[in-house]
Amino acid sequence: MTQNFFSLLSGIIFGIGLIISGMTNPEKVIGFLSITDNWDPSLMFVMGGAIIFSAPFMFLFRNKKTSLLGHELQIPSRKDLDKNLIIGSSLFGIGWGLVGLCPGPAISSLVFLSPVSLIFIFSMSVGVVLQKTIIK
Amino acid sequence: MIDLNNFTPFSSLIGGLIIGFSIILYLYTTGKLAGISGIFDNAITNSNNRFANILFLLGLIIGPSIYLLINNANFEITKSIPLIIVGGFLVGFGTKLGSGCTSGHGVCGISRLSVRSIVATLLFVIIAMITVFVLQKIGIH
Repeated sequence: MTQNFFSLLSGIIFGIGLIISGMTNPEKVIGFLSITDNWDPSLMFVMGGAIIFSAPFMFLFRNKKTSLLGHELQIPSRKDLDKNLIIGSSLFGIGWGLVGLCPGPAISSLVFLSPVSLIFIFSMSVGVVLQKTIIK
Repeated sequence: MIDLNNFTPFSSLIGGLIIGFSIILYLYTTGKLAGISGIFDNAITNSNNRFANILFLLGLIIGPSIYLLINNANFEITKSIPLIIVGGFLVGFGTKLGSGCTSGHGVCGISRLSVRSIVATLLFVIIAMITVFVLQKIGIH
């Protein structure tokens, strides 16, 4: 129950942060990625702000086994740089640069009721499912 | 040249701090890292905890709806439908293969000083910048 409540609440707050930051506007994201022509550095402040806030709390929680509500912590511990990480992140970079949407902003952008968001999210689901099928 | 007309350091920083707060709230209560590509993947392919993951994604839509009641925001997209389809596919496939996106690697991972996330973030940001450069040079929309 609390798991559901805090998932919803965190999602709502995350979404408010995304829209205030400008991440839900694909052309603004493209402006950030366009370093050689009319560069808009705003998104560095988004990532910077999020990291500045969360880093100290991540540090405080680094040796914990459970959350404050007693749920087991699910934090990845891998340190190796494998082929999947490199290829996957590169393909993600191409997709992000093509459209200016990454997963969070893509979902939040549904609020603008544009069919483009739906087409993007549908294609994204196909990508996820296909990748999972290939791995198996 | 820097595009000063569209530069929004203040609202972007505030938005970023709010995103950071949400990530910590989610971790401290549910014990999970708020990587949206992972939450999205689990919501569609994993029946464990599916309802909680769907609620998070719903929140991502409810939050901006509340914001739009009191303020305006732009949604501008200039790309053609084929590019949207290819882009969406690569974002889904790539984040699944690379175990994370802008939130999971870019914020959660970097905040934890994870080497994998730092490398992944540098890679996807640089490659996205190259992609935008190439699209501008060859004039594809």
